[in-house]
This record gives sequence, C-alpha cells and structure tokens, in this order.
Amino acid sequence: MISVHGLTKVFPGGVRALDSLDLEIGEGEFFALLGPSGCGKTTLLRTIAGLETPTSGSVVIGGTDVTALPPGRRDVAMVFQDYALFPHMDVTDNIAYPLRIRKVPRARRRARAAEVADRLSLTELLGRRPGQLSGGQQQRVALARAIACHPRAFLFDEPLSNLDARLRLEARTFLKRLQDELGVTTVFVTHDQGEALALAHRIAVMDAGRVAQVGTPAEVFHRPATTFVASFIGSTPMNLLPGRMGDGALHVAGAVLPVPGDPPGGEAGRGAGDGGDGGEIVYGVRPEYTDLSTTRRDDGFAGEVAVLENLGTATLVTLEGPGHLVQAVVPEGREPALGTTAWAVPRPGRALLYRDDVLVGRA
Amino acid sequence: MQALIDEFPVIRDAFWLTIRLTLASGFMALVLGTILAAMRVSPLPVLRTIGTAYVNIVRNTPLTLVIVFCGLGLGLVLDVSFSTSLSTNYLWLSIIGLSAYTAAFVCEAIRAGINTVPVGQAEAARAIGLTFMQNLRLIVLPQALRSVVAPLGSILIALIKNTTVAAAIGVGEASLTMKTLFEAHGDAVVPIFFGFAVAFLVLTLPTGLLFTWLSKRLAVIR
Repeated sequence: MISVHGLTKVFPGGVRALDSLDLEIGEGEFFALLGPSGCGKTTLLRTIAGLETPTSGSVVIGGTDVTALPPGRRDVAMVFQDYALFPHMDVTDNIAYPLRIRKVPRARRRARAAEVADRLSLTELLGRRPGQLSGGQQQRVALARAIACHPRAFLFDEPLSNLDARLRLEARTFLKRLQDELGVTTVFVTHDQGEALALAHRIAVMDAGRVAQVGTPAEVFHRPATTFVASFIGSTPMNLLPGRMGDGALHVAGAVLPVPGDPPGGEAGRGAGDGGDGGEIVYGVRPEYTDLSTTRRDDGFAGEVAVLENLGTATLVTLEGPGHLVQAVVPEGREPALGTTAWAVPRPGRALLYRDDVLVGRA
Repeated sequence: MQALIDEFPVIRDAFWLTIRLTLASGFMALVLGTILAAMRVSPLPVLRTIGTAYVNIVRNTPLTLVIVFCGLGLGLVLDVSFSTSLSTNYLWLSIIGLSAYTAAFVCEAIRAGINTVPVGQAEAARAIGLTFMQNLRLIVLPQALRSVVAPLGSILIALIKNTTVAAAIGVGEASLTMKTLFEAHGDAVVPIFFGFAVAFLVLTLPTGLLFTWLSKRLAVIR
C-alpha cells in the first residue's frame, strides 16, 4: 500500500535524517514508526506526506509513485501533533475544509462534516471555534478533518502526545477502535514504545535514519533484533549485561548460566551453539522475566537491594552488584528489604544473547 | 477665535480633503503592502528580493522626497496625468506617493503578523492541498491580519498626519490651508494653530480607540 525505496533525506547543513531507508506498509495496516527524538521518524512521515522532498529514493502509495506529487495530490490525510486546526474557522468549516478545496458542493460538505462529527461525538461542538475546545476535543476535530475526505491513508504525527496522561489512554483505545472500523491504512509516529505496542499491527523501530527492526509488537518485544531495540522497547529497561562463553556455559556478572539447548534459527548457532570459544556476548533479560531469590543461586545475579520502585501491582527492584545493576519485577507484597542481598534469576527461555549488538540467540 | 468661525467652511473642506487623502492612500497602501508582504514570504527568491529592496529603499527615504518625486518626477518630468484639472492631478500624485510610502510600513507589519502564525498552520493547509496563494489567502493572511490590527492602526494614524506633507506639492489639505489662513489672519495665529491641532486630534484619537477595540475583537483565540 505504502512503500518507500532507498529513501534518503539530507537536510541543508548535512544532517542525514533518513539513510537509504526501505519500508513496506500493508493495506489497512496500523503501522507505527517508533524511535527516540532525532531518529528520523517524523521526517519519514513528512516525506510520505509530501511535506519534505527526499534527497533520493521514492515513495509509492497504492501503486502510484508519488515522489514528485505535492501533498494535496497524494490522497493522504495528516493529523499534526498540535492538530493545526484553523483558529479562524468553526468546527464545521475545519472538518469540511479539505472538501472545499476539492470543490465538493457546500451542501454535501456540510452533510459530510455532520456525519463525521456525529461518529466522533462532536455534533454539539460544530459551531465552536478551536480555541473554545479542550485538547481531547481538538484532537477529535483534527481526526474528523482527516476522515472527512476519505483518504487512502492516514498519517498521524504523535497523535496522543499533546493529551494529558489520563486522556491519552482513553484516546488510545478510541483511536485503535476507529482505525479498526475504518480499515484505512494508518502510519503514525511516536516516541512512546507503550503507545506503539498497544496500537500498532506492526512497528518499525528507527535509529539514526535507518530501520533497526520491523515486526509485530510481540516480535519486537520478545525478540528485539539489536541491543538498541532491546533497550528501547519495554516499560522498564531491559537488563543488558556483558558476559562470556566458556566451558560450555555462559558467564554473566558472576552467574553461571546454561548455554541455550536449542538455538532458534541458524544465526543463533554461530553465537550460542558453538560454546567454549570465549566469545564476548551481551546477555539481555527483561526485569519482568527475572525472578528474585533471597537464597543463593548460581544461576542468578547477586546484588544488594539498592532501590525499590512501586509500580502499583508490582515493584521494580534494583540490585547493585559488583560493577553492574540488575533490575527485577516482583509481585506486590514480595519486596525484599533494602540493603539485603538478593539474587536475580532469569526465567529459562526468556533471555536474549547479543553479539556485536545483534541478536544471536535465546537462553 | 472669530477667524476660526469665519473660515469654518474653508477649514471643513480642507479636513475633508485630508480624510479623502487618508482613505484613498490607506486603502491602496493596504493592498500594496499585502502584496509586498506576500512577495517577501514567497518561495521565489526573485520576488523576495524585489519585496525586500522596495521596503528598504522606500521606508528609508524621507516622505517629503517621495512626495516631491511623485509631484515633480512623475507629474512634470514623466508627465503622468490623471486629470485635466491640475489640482486633481496633484491630489492623485500625492495619493500615489503616500500609498507607496505607507505600503512599506504595512508590508513590515503584515510580515510580522505572518510570523505569528504557527508554521503548522501553513503545513496543514499544504497537506490538505492548498497552493501557495490559496494558503496565503485563506489560511495565513486571515490570521496574520487579525494579529496586526493594532500596528495597522498606528500606521493609519501616522498616515493621517503624513498627509500634511502633500502640501509640499500644493495639495490644499489641512496644513496648507492652515498656512494660508495664517497669512490672511495674522492676528489669530495661535487660535488657528490650536484649532487645527484639535481637529487633527479629533481624527487621530478615535482612530486609535477604534483600532484597539477592533484588535481585541478580531484577535485569534488559539
């Protein structure tokens, strides 16, 4: 549906925001562009919208090469981070404006605006100006403006980031349901990994103008392809500990862990299966997949309980060991006492092995 | 004081001319200034250069020189003629001078107004499919003009007072009439002077109040 090929964008001044990027987004897909600030995700979205001209490469929407077309001729609708509603027009005019540009007769414009407004519960607000609306209402008007002109694709630039935390969760559910009902291909940009996991069918994690990994939320969460993705995805940062292979075992931060029995896939064999070569690896395990033991365990990372952070139904425990910090999530009521020694034990099958920052296996 | 009462019809006609000069020049300056502002924000470097050059040259030239240029340069040398009546012709030449001069200030005020419109507005409009001109006309300028109502009021007040410079090419507006009356009523210079000063205040003060009120009323609520 939307595909970009070898897309490169170098801004005047030499900043390379996109670096020969390739991406395929399927029909009807809810697709997230996720990454830290400056990774190029917004530039990519703006280039798809036509607001930026790529230095090289092409953008294809619905089989048509639109690289040279102006934004208005690409049949996509963009929702901006600050909504960019027109303050000098009322809600009806704001929603109907794209149709006016397409020379739709006035009566049909108003009917269509009313219909979309009804769907987004905006009927009461049709006569108001954007300045008289709350943030959540403005966001829905911005969505209505995008929906009203029946585009082939929606492009959302951080659609939820201007809402307060409570409203954001409601808007997230609303947005997911809306996209599901409309079935229109939607690309959205976010720096919030939770938002991307919750909303998207597939996620492209971006880093320095390139795609680090594309996959479903489950794939990206459970099998991050690089240590960058691993540290970026997850509400608590993944434990990434340097380690070494040797003597048929993994030696990580004082713990001795079994080398994975069945390396998943060929690439894993290179890293894990041929143990005993003294290879340097990075051992990654999420705090959620790490159990805490108050008795000594050889397969656990020892440390002194340094910080306890209440997460509501659970507690994030930070253990300080010699030269490393390890975090584990324990259920409520099972917190160890501060200052005591505990062992963080990775659950079997949940750890990831990285060599040269690339995923090589699972332990 | 008696002189003011005796000469009231003359003074009234003079101020009526001042008002007409102001309205005509003000309107033309607004149109020309908006066009210049559009040129100064246009994507075409040529237009931007022309707009910038115009503003820098005209704004930094004394108004008297501009008016005299219009009267002598355009009127006598280039023989630009609007009417067979000499006084009507000079009236129009002074309107041209005043509009050309004021337009430079209007342009800068509107350009400042355009800068207050968030970039996102123009981008949203572009994303919807508006061309540069549509974008300017339908989205950017309506917001920009609302935000510069107060500065435009100041420019209009300046223009009301600047019309007196048209006296330099013999347009019989208020200040030239005042000078003529001084000569006719040497014993009443002070009352005539204050009479004219008050009449100018009657024009300028309400203008200021009107524009302050308008700027609040038309302000864009974001």
